[in-house]
Amino acid sequence: MVIPAAVRDEIVAHARAGLPNEACGILAGADGRVERFFPAEPDEPSPYYYRIESRDQIRIMNEIDDAGLDLVGIYHSHTSSPAFPSRTDAEQAFWPDAVYVIVSLAGPEADVRGYRIRDMEVTEEELITA
Amino acid sequence: MSTVRMPPILRQAVGGAREVDASGGTVREILDDLTGRFPAIRSHLLDDGGDLNRFVNVYVNNEDVRLGRGLDTTVGPDSTIIVLPAMAGGGSPA
Repeated sequence: MVIPAAVRDEIVAHARAGLPNEACGILAGADGRVERFFPAEPDEPSPYYYRIESRDQIRIMNEIDDAGLDLVGIYHSHTSSPAFPSRTDAEQAFWPDAVYVIVSLAGPEADVRGYRIRDMEVTEEELITA
Repeated sequence: MSTVRMPPILRQAVGGAREVDASGGTVREILDDLTGRFPAIRSHLLDDGGDLNRFVNVYVNNEDVRLGRGLDTTVGPDSTIIVLPAMAGGGSPA
C-alpha cells in the first residue's frame, strides 16, 4: 500500500499525541493508495487496547463514502510493544480487506508497518512511502 | 422492507451483495430475517444468548442502536440499517 509521507507523519504525530494511551484512526483512499487519514476517538482510552468509538466510526465511514473513497486501512498505535499484530489484534480483526497499520512507539523512532489479517492469519503488507 | 448495508466480511455469505433487503419492524426482527436466510452470518451478528455480538455495531439511520433501545429499536420501511464490525485490538506491555 502506498502512503504519502505527509500522511505517515500525520499518523505518527497523532499516535504520539495520544500517549500514554493507544491512538487509532481510519485510512481512506483508492487503488491501494492512502489519500486521507481520519483520526478517531477510542471508546475507552487505554495504553493496551483501542476500539474506535461507534459514533465516530459511522461518521468517518459516511465521510469516506461521501468523498468517493474506500476504506483502505485501520491504524492504531502500540505504546510499548513492536509494530506487529498482537493476539488481540488478530482476534479482533473483522476487516479482512483493510490494511491494519500499526505504529509502534516502543523505540526512539516510530516504526510503522502494515498487515492483512484474515482468520487469524497475519501477512505483512509493505507500506511504500511516496 | 428495509435495506441493510453489509460489511465486506459478511458479503460473501449473503451472495456478494453490499446491501440486502430485510423485513421486520425492529432490529431484532430484521436480524432474525437475515440470519434465517443466511445462517452463516448469525455468529457475526448475535451472541449465544441472542443479544447483539459485542464486536458489531448496528446503526439505524446513523444512530448506534446500542446507545438506545438495542435490538428493540424500531425500524421503518425507509430506514437504512448499517452493520459495522468493531475496529479494535491493542498491543501489550513491552
